[in-house]
Amino acid sequence: MACGREISVLRFSALNLFANALSGHNNWPEQWPSPSPKASYDVVIVGAGGHGLGTAYYLASKYGLRNVAVIEKGWLGGGNTGRNTTIIRSNYLYDESARIYDHALDLWDGLSQELNYNVMFSKRGVMMLAHSVHDIQIIKRHIHANRLNGVANEWLSAEQAQKFCPPLSISRTARFPVLGAALQRRAGTARHDSVAWGYARGAAALGVDIIQNCAVSGIRRGRDGAVIGVESERGFIAAKKIGVSAAGNTSVIMEMAGLRLPLESYPLQAMVSEPVKPVFPCVVMSNSVHAYISQSDKGELVLGAATDQYVSYSQRGALHVLEHTLAAVCELFPVFKRMRMLRSWGGIVDVTPDRSPIIGKTPVAGLFVNCGWGTGGFKATPAAGDLFAYTLARGEPHDINAPFNLERFEGGRLIDEAAAAAVAH
Amino acid sequence: MLLIKCPYCEEDLPEIEFSYAGEAHRQRPRDPAQLNDHAWSEYLFVRDNRRGVQCERWYHVHGCGRYFNAVRNTITDKFLITYKAGEPRPGDDEIAEALK
Repeated sequence: MACGREISVLRFSALNLFANALSGHNNWPEQWPSPSPKASYDVVIVGAGGHGLGTAYYLASKYGLRNVAVIEKGWLGGGNTGRNTTIIRSNYLYDESARIYDHALDLWDGLSQELNYNVMFSKRGVMMLAHSVHDIQIIKRHIHANRLNGVANEWLSAEQAQKFCPPLSISRTARFPVLGAALQRRAGTARHDSVAWGYARGAAALGVDIIQNCAVSGIRRGRDGAVIGVESERGFIAAKKIGVSAAGNTSVIMEMAGLRLPLESYPLQAMVSEPVKPVFPCVVMSNSVHAYISQSDKGELVLGAATDQYVSYSQRGALHVLEHTLAAVCELFPVFKRMRMLRSWGGIVDVTPDRSPIIGKTPVAGLFVNCGWGTGGFKATPAAGDLFAYTLARGEPHDINAPFNLERFEGGRLIDEAAAAAVAH
Repeated sequence: MLLIKCPYCEEDLPEIEFSYAGEAHRQRPRDPAQLNDHAWSEYLFVRDNRRGVQCERWYHVHGCGRYFNAVRNTITDKFLITYKAGEPRPGDDEIAEALK
């Protein structure tokens, strides 16, 4: 069986960091090559975001499949992976969700070591604020459900919440008074670009071909209906199996195979402030007032908003959505009232009716899909990669992603995580 | 923000007066009880989610309070045509003309 070519990649270490410093860091080898696509592969993954690259990495490292290509229409990690607010947590409501997001957290823990690449995973804690009696009830329900599933999550009073995050205002006369919060201490952030680069480097070192700037324009099927490969900007590429991991563009790709999915693609905006000294110690999210905030290691506040309300592939949204978020931030954290925003942007989030992903088989033989992560795909990156790789390798889903199938929309076994998604749609 | 021409008010008005109401011209099944699960779930959940020109509905919630349809390019967010509820979907010629 043909294997992917292996390339030697320089392992990062204190020693070669020092050695390269002596030559002004001008002699580092390329992190991954830009190969031409081969005529055929065992698996073609469409989409080189964190999920697609993670899938390729685990296919090669864990499931014994190295004759793999990841095909990307733009530059790797340039989609939602490069545009999210980097939050990682597993405090969703249902049992199925607890399993998959906790699987991600377990993988996040050792990821930098496994990839020999610092993804800057920081378990600084994620706090979800309660502003009303209803918020308290919903949040406590989540806490109880989490704890029953072995996911540590705790209730804090308003005073305790402020102690954990000093910039938080708990004034009772605030427009959005804080009545308490849930805290997942094991949750936090990671550097999104590093995740893409770490997986790309790892996958390439194991022989995976990453083909960038190569849009897929068609999915070719054989007489029996099974996939035989993809049409692309660089010609036809044969594949025994195709794994579509294209986030907001999933419907576009699946239409090439004659499939329509329960997805809608919305803009999701985010922004960063001017950099300041470390002042914000954790992640804070407020479902009710549509703001989630943390501070990057560069010093910038990273702020995320609600989705814009209409289907769009523009990767832009409108200013009133950001204003709404900033109004909430100014009220919750008065110390930031004079912060200037440096940069804002948008992604395309593919949202399902129950706000839970779809990872598994499709009605087309040999075609698999990982999509529907909506506003919350980044946190699951290692799990999505691992489980989609398992599914592709074995041809059947793993126990953990089996419930997240296409069939649930027909059978009614929806996994309704609209509240836990914590982003207004 | 988007400026949307309500075909009833006959004015370009700010997006925040409106609420997006999904894909246009979707026919609710007359007798859902007769459908099988597949057909019913298709109606409930499956969408075109088109990257390009699509027909969609908008609701003038903070205005005249009426629903209407629009033809919009979902890549550029540019509105091409808006038309009243009950009017037929514009033909390809009309859309091509609006795209110029």
